[in-house]
Amino acid sequence: MITRDAATPASGQLSVGEMLLAHGIGRRGFIKFCTAAASAMALPPWMGAAMAEQLRNAARPSVVYLSFQECTGCFESFTRSFAPTIENLIFNVISLDYDDTLMAAAGDAAEAALASAMRDHFGNYVVVVDGSIPTGAGGAYCTAGGRSAVDTLREAAKGASAIICVGTCSSFGGIPFADPNPTGAWPVTAIVGGVPIINVSGCPPIPEVITGTLLQLVSTGQIPDLDEHRRPKAFFGNTIHDRCYRRPFFDAGKFAKTFDDEGARNGWCLYELGCKGPTTFNACATLKWNGGTSFPIESGHGCLGCSEPGFWDKGSFYSAESTPQWGKAGEATPKQVVELAGITAGVGAVLGTASAGVSRLRQASRQKAAEHEHQGDE
Amino acid sequence: MSAQTIVVDPVTRIEGHLRIEAEFDGQVITRASSSGTMVRGIEIILQGRDPRDAWAFAQRICGVCTLVHGIASVRAVENALSYEIPANAQLIRNLMIGAQFVHDHVMHFYHLHALDWVDVVSALKADPKSTSALAQSISSYARSSPGYFADVQSRVRKLVESGQLGIFANAYWGSPLYQLPPEANLMAVAHYLDALAWQRQIIQLQTIFGGKNPHPNVLVGGTPAAISVHAGAGTATTAVNEVGLQKVAELIDQMRMFVDEVYVPDILAIASFYKDWFKKGYGEGTGNFMTYGDFPATGSQDPKTFLVPRGAILGRDLSRILEVDVTSQDDIQEFVAHSWYDYRGGKETGLHPFKGETQLNYSGPQPPYQHLDTTASYSWIKSPRWKGHAMEVGPLARILMLYASGHAPTRALADKSLAQLGLPLEAMFSTMGRTAARAFESKILADAMPGWYGALMANIKAGDVRTFNEKLWEPSTWPRHAQGVGFMEAPRGALGHWIVIDDGRITNYQAVVPSTWNAGPRDPAGVEGPYEAALKGQTIRDPKQPLEILRTVHSFDPCLACAVHVLDPGGEELIRIRVQ
Repeated sequence: MITRDAATPASGQLSVGEMLLAHGIGRRGFIKFCTAAASAMALPPWMGAAMAEQLRNAARPSVVYLSFQECTGCFESFTRSFAPTIENLIFNVISLDYDDTLMAAAGDAAEAALASAMRDHFGNYVVVVDGSIPTGAGGAYCTAGGRSAVDTLREAAKGASAIICVGTCSSFGGIPFADPNPTGAWPVTAIVGGVPIINVSGCPPIPEVITGTLLQLVSTGQIPDLDEHRRPKAFFGNTIHDRCYRRPFFDAGKFAKTFDDEGARNGWCLYELGCKGPTTFNACATLKWNGGTSFPIESGHGCLGCSEPGFWDKGSFYSAESTPQWGKAGEATPKQVVELAGITAGVGAVLGTASAGVSRLRQASRQKAAEHEHQGDE
Repeated sequence: MSAQTIVVDPVTRIEGHLRIEAEFDGQVITRASSSGTMVRGIEIILQGRDPRDAWAFAQRICGVCTLVHGIASVRAVENALSYEIPANAQLIRNLMIGAQFVHDHVMHFYHLHALDWVDVVSALKADPKSTSALAQSISSYARSSPGYFADVQSRVRKLVESGQLGIFANAYWGSPLYQLPPEANLMAVAHYLDALAWQRQIIQLQTIFGGKNPHPNVLVGGTPAAISVHAGAGTATTAVNEVGLQKVAELIDQMRMFVDEVYVPDILAIASFYKDWFKKGYGEGTGNFMTYGDFPATGSQDPKTFLVPRGAILGRDLSRILEVDVTSQDDIQEFVAHSWYDYRGGKETGLHPFKGETQLNYSGPQPPYQHLDTTASYSWIKSPRWKGHAMEVGPLARILMLYASGHAPTRALADKSLAQLGLPLEAMFSTMGRTAARAFESKILADAMPGWYGALMANIKAGDVRTFNEKLWEPSTWPRHAQGVGFMEAPRGALGHWIVIDDGRITNYQAVVPSTWNAGPRDPAGVEGPYEAALKGQTIRDPKQPLEILRTVHSFDPCLACAVHVLDPGGEELIRIRVQ
């Protein structure tokens, strides 16, 4: 089997630009699309044009989506994105070469699609992971095609240009990792290294944060600026509290005391009802959910803190943040939060090796750019 | 044996991790085994936590039928505490559950099931004008012009010509099992894309009341979003204001439009080319059906007011609806004879969910493996039984229960549709019957939504805006010991959550979910679960292209993350429950 650079269309293949033209989206429209995406990610406007240029001439980059200990809520969220839409992404921008939720093929044919994507695009495909990875029972707590999640992830990571962890389970272990972690579940960063890993946390993440991060990665070939938990700063740079439309009530000391009192009906601050907005970094208050319809606080329920590591073990969702009450009765310090801190500490070491992966990705994108210039000369 | 065993793993286009091993004699499947291959242990994780938090954990059992485990969980707590909720909260829950059904069923058909019947590549051969004529002959749906179908066809052509088929790669295109004419294929592909855009919109109903989807917020004691329609409400209202409530009405209209003009006509059109799949030998399953019932008309949980009734049907006998007692210790039992769990009393015994003593005990081959030993334990799913019978739950069970109990709209819809197809009622006991039942049910529920919405608006206009009862919110008001069951109908069938509360904390939590009933392995007597029974006897054209297996398994709409659940791993606690 001949290995080729995924970024260059093979003969007979259409580039992303040609695909978009076929859908009535011209160059100008596509630049607009990319600029809007860049703007959503707080990138400078010229980046949108650069993304458009990069993508226009490229074969659709190969993306494989691996699901481990998950509930498919993250993939469902992916389908809810308004801009870009999932159909625009998977039919025009990327080639979703493996995804067990949508793919037509099953069983051996599906596994063969995964194997050929990893072989044909070695070094260039993007891996998306949802779900944690169980290490107990020799991997038997999660298998597909008779193979354990650990093995599948390690194999897929070898040739990946980057890994996007979609959801709090793959990013931080999520609910399977919650005390007492019955299956020995871990986040992706605990299992593989040597490749850039982006955490798009949330239970599930906001649809546009999933698609926006993926679009930015495949179009710029660059890892976005990440925070200390490897989350894109563009989306996870502020707390929900800082951008919340109810913030003025917090500042004025006006709090809803129950879910249906005068304060609740007037949209007062939900802090005393347990809202975790002050310590939760996510874009819910600005992007909002499902096409900007609402977000948890706007619909009267405090933030659960679902994009933060260990949020399942940080105490009742209905206790005000200052209350020192943890998830399990009588436990002063949630064990899982301590463990997770250990992983985060370990991440530094993994990050060191990841920088090599970033260079590999950047090198590949430079090479792509050079090839395009060369093609332009001909 | 292995040479004659067809393995489908992963079964794709489902929720979760499912493996099918089917023994094959060269013509038909002689024995099928269904295996769930992923486990998380959410019920173990729930122990010791605040019961008011439980819904958030339980909801993460599944993100496809998101919402329903949250609702079942708050109902379990409310049942344990005799916690009444306001009528508005019940109506809002009905609207959210109804939206979940319609959304889930449409997505299941177009995005998870359709490609078993629809050949995407064949759509390239369609004449857009003829496709338009076909579409207009079955529906008044607006997006049916020749130009519209020509555009869709051009998109598909470019995708195929790009050489990067993505999610359509390596599939079974061109198989003679695909029997639709190119025009019907093109129409269905167009609606596949339309349904993706439609689902994003209509699920906003849950966003208004629950703040987000997937995983909207719910609340013990009511619903979280206070209604902000009072005079003098500032700009910082909740999403349930006049604009939001108007939007809900529009979304209900959009739901009904798509079900009436696209989903139901497509199902009938596609089914008319696959009449074999209504016959005996094509997925008829166990012939036993069960519902818990749901959609109360009032604020109470009185089964007499349910839109979907409660009951059981045995041996396809619609003349007898048997009573299901969700509180009886003996009616529902779970077995682990072929599951990777242990019981202290031995693997042959059956236990009521509340006596749940279970230990994870993986005894299968170490991965990577080629085959499971299906004579031993072979699944993370248990085998629930009702009075010893393997029961099918889900849309077909509900439609049969509605039909058998004389629900007029169901009778009219089913009779008319079957007459149009020239089929008898018995045709419903099949793979295609199951798929059609899901569409019928979507219409029944979409049509019920304006009634719930109207009742909510009438209450609001009359000045009743209550959505939450704070009376029992504080654990200090609770008895030291309480226990309860929350049951409901979820898109995939009957769902029950059982909870035990001591001193304000969860001491036991158990969910018995639809896909456990449907996807479970054999019981100690060797009686197959519904998937296994439905696959047995199926003719297979080409074992390398397991389309027939996919058709029947997908007709159940598998949800494997739901199906696998575990109890207390130490098995140290035997808890008896008396449900009120």
